[in-house]
Amino acid sequence: MDILALLADGFATSLSPLNLLIVILGVTAGLFIGAMPGLGSVNGVAIVLPLTFIVPPSSAIILLAAIYYGAMYGGAVSSILLGIPGASTAVATTFDGRPMAQQGKAGLALIAAAVASFVGGTISVVLFTVFAAPLADVALAFGPAEEFALVLLAFTTFVGLGGDDVAKTIVMICLGLVLSTVGLDLISGQPRLIFGDLPGFYSGISFLVLAIGAYGVGEILYTIEGSRTSPTVTPARITFKELGAGLRAMNRMWKTMSLGSFLGFFVGMLPAAGATPAALMAYGVARQTSKDPDSFGKGNIEGVAAPETANNAASTGSLLPMLTLGIPGSPTTALLLGGMVMWGLVPGPMLFIEQPDFVWGLISSLYTANFAAVLINIALIPLFVWALRMPFAVLCAIVMVLCIVGGFAPSQKLHDVWLIVAFGVGGYLLRKADYPLAPLVLALVLGPLMEKSFRQTLIAEQGNVMAFFERPISAIFLALAFVFFIWPLLGLLFSKDHKDHPHVPSKRPKFLKIDKL
Amino acid sequence: MLVADRIIALGLIALSAYFMWHATVLPIGWNAMTGGPGGGAFPFWLSGIMMLAALSILLRSFRAAPDENRGPFFDRVMLPAVLKVTAALIITIAVIPWLGTYIALAVFVFWYVKIYGRHSWGLAITLSVGIQLFLFFFFEATLKILLPKGITEPLFFPLYAMFF
Repeated sequence: MDILALLADGFATSLSPLNLLIVILGVTAGLFIGAMPGLGSVNGVAIVLPLTFIVPPSSAIILLAAIYYGAMYGGAVSSILLGIPGASTAVATTFDGRPMAQQGKAGLALIAAAVASFVGGTISVVLFTVFAAPLADVALAFGPAEEFALVLLAFTTFVGLGGDDVAKTIVMICLGLVLSTVGLDLISGQPRLIFGDLPGFYSGISFLVLAIGAYGVGEILYTIEGSRTSPTVTPARITFKELGAGLRAMNRMWKTMSLGSFLGFFVGMLPAAGATPAALMAYGVARQTSKDPDSFGKGNIEGVAAPETANNAASTGSLLPMLTLGIPGSPTTALLLGGMVMWGLVPGPMLFIEQPDFVWGLISSLYTANFAAVLINIALIPLFVWALRMPFAVLCAIVMVLCIVGGFAPSQKLHDVWLIVAFGVGGYLLRKADYPLAPLVLALVLGPLMEKSFRQTLIAEQGNVMAFFERPISAIFLALAFVFFIWPLLGLLFSKDHKDHPHVPSKRPKFLKIDKL
Repeated sequence: MLVADRIIALGLIALSAYFMWHATVLPIGWNAMTGGPGGGAFPFWLSGIMMLAALSILLRSFRAAPDENRGPFFDRVMLPAVLKVTAALIITIAVIPWLGTYIALAVFVFWYVKIYGRHSWGLAITLSVGIQLFLFFFFEATLKILLPKGITEPLFFPLYAMFF
């Protein structure tokens, strides 16, 4: 068992005192970030990323992954106690979590969410461990042509499966790609798109600046506008009796939870889908396969467990293409990827060969993070109830200060802080007008890879465009990309219902067939 | 909503035109020497696609049925709050090179918590002092990243002597 040996080596890294401390810290921070309405894993990672310079690169990534993980657990807390999702990924948890809390079963719902998250996390980490090395082996055969085709495929999944307005998605992908070309031309080294000849643009636009702007400042502005009334916190007390009852209830739901885990893992791997649709799908499947579908939405504990297994499994799933192929499966993993590149760890198949200590350390840290998260989550429930009563202004002020200083610290240029404000206001307006932000961030992170691989291929093939179609793997990717790209058009042709409302952007991905949500 | 949608689409069209104009500094066509496109081609043609997509958003907004997208774009009650916070943020960053990070951010936090958030004096002062201490010890003392000090620079000389 090769994998087990590698994993054992990984545990040697992740169980070192520093990394263990980092996992506990990261998970706790993530739990609170996830529990705060308006802040999710992507906001947490964007804001905390500049602070991680304090630890060595591999520990920094473990910290960010732990925050990502913790935030997935934490999202359920405010879904249940406030009735508003702590992060978009926990939307489905409100459907049954809120009714449970109103019936005085908030404690039980929180336990169910934590245990389900643990099950989802664990199953998906095992899947991750099994798939990571073989996938990296396949990816070793990739040349620039395949890389280009794969990035293109990642973008077209947003058009085909993203569920947002197609034209707006295309605008955001192109905007991100164009912003990624600011600075020096990769091949010729000449400056381009240096607006007003500002020296700050010569080094390009960092993904961190866009992420802090859109997900830090922009998110706060968005939340301020939506915070006219402050929600009421439902009190929750956890007794050992409830814990026992919760565990017994969970023991009856293995089918729902394993279904949710597998679904979440594979949906999470797709760049455009991720944890939110995975959770909604798992909820829908759990309801359809249930013996008592009418009890869903009225406080069925299964309706809490299903989406929570799926969103945790999806977060692990989205790490898989990021680590093995260098293509992130979600905006949060796009930030992780950007962070890794910043620290000189280039994700992709070579990472498994050159940095096995780091890769397996990170994978094994997912196991410890999962374990830490479920314990800390249940232990700190009283603290969450208290933290959710924290004045909103305090949270906003702290986040804004971290955005300003965190944006300044990596480059030490005020130019970047100004860009953060510009992206923050711009991102806020675009988001209000239903432009999706995820493809923008992904395009900025992947843009340089896309352009470089495209031009490298053409230079190597002396300008022969057919090179992309002559290589089998690249041709398959391009064919798939084409299918995803014309997917919305096919939908328009075949569904008469859709024709009647062509301008209503559907919030839910089109491939989800969940009735009456 | 409809008007805002059009204005944003127009803004994006203008932005892509601006990008295209800038991209023409480098060759945007096919480079016969090396094979493959020139340095300006990627930004130029992608901006072109972006312009077409934004144009389609603008055009179809005129075909939209009258009852669609009629809700107001901004929440009228909360818009002043958003504008105030944005303005405070811009002023804070603008005075950083002059007054230094610490004074600018302390005033910002105090304004946010006490004047904008209407919380107690104690909370506001604790928070604005506490954040400054965290910033100093985290960024300057530990990471050795110097934050801009402006006119307050001389005040930090004794601290530098202690921590560096």
